[in-house]
Amino acid sequence: MGLQSLFHRHPTFEHGIYPVEHKELTADKPIRRLSFAPELVIPLAQHKGAPAVPLVKVGQEVVRGEPIARAEGFVSVPMHAPATGIISAIERVPTAEGPKAPAIRLKVYEAASQQVLYDFERDLEVMTPDSIISAVQDAGLVGLGGAAFPSHVKMRPPEGRTIHTVIVNGCECEPYLTCDHRIMLEQTDALFRGIRLAMKATGAQRAIIGVEDNKLDAVAHLRKYLAGEAARDPSAASVITAQAVETKYPQGAEKMLISSLLGKEVPMGGLPADLGVAVYNVGTLAQMGDLLPKGRGLIERVVTVSGPAVEHPGNFMVPIGTPVRFLLEQVGLADDVGEVILGGPMMGMAVASLDVPVTKAVSGVVALRQEDPDLHQRKVYPCIKCGECLKACPISLNPSMLGELAQARQYPRMAEEFNLDQCFECGCCAYVCPSNIPLTQYFRIAKSINRDLANG
Amino acid sequence: MLSILTAVGFMATLGLLLAIILIVANRWLYVYEDPRIDQVEDLLPRANCGACGTAGCRPFAEMLVKGEIEPGRCTVNSTEMNQVIADFLGVDLGAGEKRVARLACAGGDHVAGMRAAYQGLHTCRAAALVSGGGKGCAWGCLGLGDCEVVCDFNAIQLDRHGLPVVDESKCTACGDCVDVCPKDLFSLHPVSHRLWVACKNLDFGDEAERQCAVVCTACGRCAQDSPEGLIEIRDNLAQVDYGKNALASKVAIERCPTGAIVWLEPGGLVLKGRDARKVIRKEALPIT
Repeated sequence: MGLQSLFHRHPTFEHGIYPVEHKELTADKPIRRLSFAPELVIPLAQHKGAPAVPLVKVGQEVVRGEPIARAEGFVSVPMHAPATGIISAIERVPTAEGPKAPAIRLKVYEAASQQVLYDFERDLEVMTPDSIISAVQDAGLVGLGGAAFPSHVKMRPPEGRTIHTVIVNGCECEPYLTCDHRIMLEQTDALFRGIRLAMKATGAQRAIIGVEDNKLDAVAHLRKYLAGEAARDPSAASVITAQAVETKYPQGAEKMLISSLLGKEVPMGGLPADLGVAVYNVGTLAQMGDLLPKGRGLIERVVTVSGPAVEHPGNFMVPIGTPVRFLLEQVGLADDVGEVILGGPMMGMAVASLDVPVTKAVSGVVALRQEDPDLHQRKVYPCIKCGECLKACPISLNPSMLGELAQARQYPRMAEEFNLDQCFECGCCAYVCPSNIPLTQYFRIAKSINRDLANG
Repeated sequence: MLSILTAVGFMATLGLLLAIILIVANRWLYVYEDPRIDQVEDLLPRANCGACGTAGCRPFAEMLVKGEIEPGRCTVNSTEMNQVIADFLGVDLGAGEKRVARLACAGGDHVAGMRAAYQGLHTCRAAALVSGGGKGCAWGCLGLGDCEVVCDFNAIQLDRHGLPVVDESKCTACGDCVDVCPKDLFSLHPVSHRLWVACKNLDFGDEAERQCAVVCTACGRCAQDSPEGLIEIRDNLAQVDYGKNALASKVAIERCPTGAIVWLEPGGLVLKGRDARKVIRKEALPIT
């Protein structure tokens, strides 16, 4: 590509950063399965919204795919048994977020065939938008890109809004992660089925797949697939398009991708639905296209396990609830592992315990070595007002000012005057800061304290 | 000569005019303020801590003068000083019992281990946001001293094991530590609440004991012979019903095998039962 990109730039958003990608470790590794962990841990709150309510009792035998917890209200999703086995406990377990949270422990039967026996055929042709939305909720689908927001909620836009465009997020801007890349290459059928389902449910007339231009092979693959489809059925042509966008972090944030593809900005405090847009991750749609026709629930997801401390990095289809420790044992972990991150290194969460499970939101597990320069604490210097963070902030906040206010503990003022609540903690400001000021961490503290103040 | 006269005359007229405006304004726009508000405010500590429940000392003084609040509600002032205010205003001292902040954790770094090393901003709030902060016990004190920093009265000091110790004589129950603690370990209690469960761990038995040596394992011995339901085990944690505080005695601390239930003597002495596990270790536990 190189020289060519000088003349032809793919569309992009303003600001942002260019972190080292490290995707070569796993980009060409096909999705594989690993053996089942002896025990799976399924937290009841893996999604945004109300936690699920258990349907099973301790000692009960469940088959793979059987619902084990029901959704509590509209903004909630059910859980399904990721393996055939016996419920060994319903108790508090460590989570990546910190506090111990209720979860179902499932002892996996070693001799079981692990076939999904709990399913039924659905005829997609006769499904109405409403029945798709309830089917998506029944499948337990959440945003698999990392947000874990229940997918069916986004299909029903707020009063007075109509959705005309579905944006399919295949950017995968986080370093190391390649699971979405592999899904686009390997699960193309399911992905397009999912896109059409999402379009039908939301009433959208078109769909755009946004892919960063470091995955041009995926763009070519998707375009070839679309061309093949158009040759068979000319009426369906040009409803779905694949579009390359610049490789830049955080291209995969939904507001950034909308601005790259449509040139429009989501209003402050607004939703993509205000522009008539709904954004879905490719992983979510591929699962949707796979699960809905079979009447199954979400029981596994693709996870990229990578990083310098992983001996055999790759992309794996991992049952929900697999402990991170088991997953890392399977791929081989260096002795001098320094930090394990769930998700990507930019926005992911360092875990304090390897006993936490892979949840629906975990798109990657990145293990870094102890000597990794990124893990060394750097001396923090005062802000020199260079303005690098302002140039990096994708939503044009003033991180420098916010940082100063945070140090002065003026948390409410940060929200009232400097739009702290718009910050989605992408980490660009802290990444570029030459004084090593942990800006994103300051903002997370400020938001947490403001939340406490608001709740009394 | 004439120009000087003009200038003087002009200035004199202008001065007169403005004076008239000021006089008129003073008559018509005058707001009467009770002079006692200033006098009472002078008798208050001016710490603006908010412990009385108002926004600061001035609003407190205003409410005092209106008789909407009792002088004893100020916990920063000495009782004598509050009595002076009460006498000045001719009201009752009122005043509840002195309240203090209590910490529901006894897990210093020599008894409660860490499962991961936290790097980053040296505040509890920041650490708690990174996978809970690395302490083995998900409910325990992180020991980075947000409460020590926030306390305006220097009543909280971290001890050698990184556990905050509240000086009851200095604590004014302003509640800043209650608000700042990300693990919600502080609560305000009248000093007469001497029986105290210094733990918030909701795990049971061995699982809890793996995390901390001074933990409530929910064994239930304290609840077994507590009078009239003074202590109950709820959610795997011994909980004292302070409505029955009059029944509290040192029996409960004798029953506790780990020393999570303590008796707080006036003056800061913390009594554990004779059978409570002896903690000899002084240095921090290694990261597991």
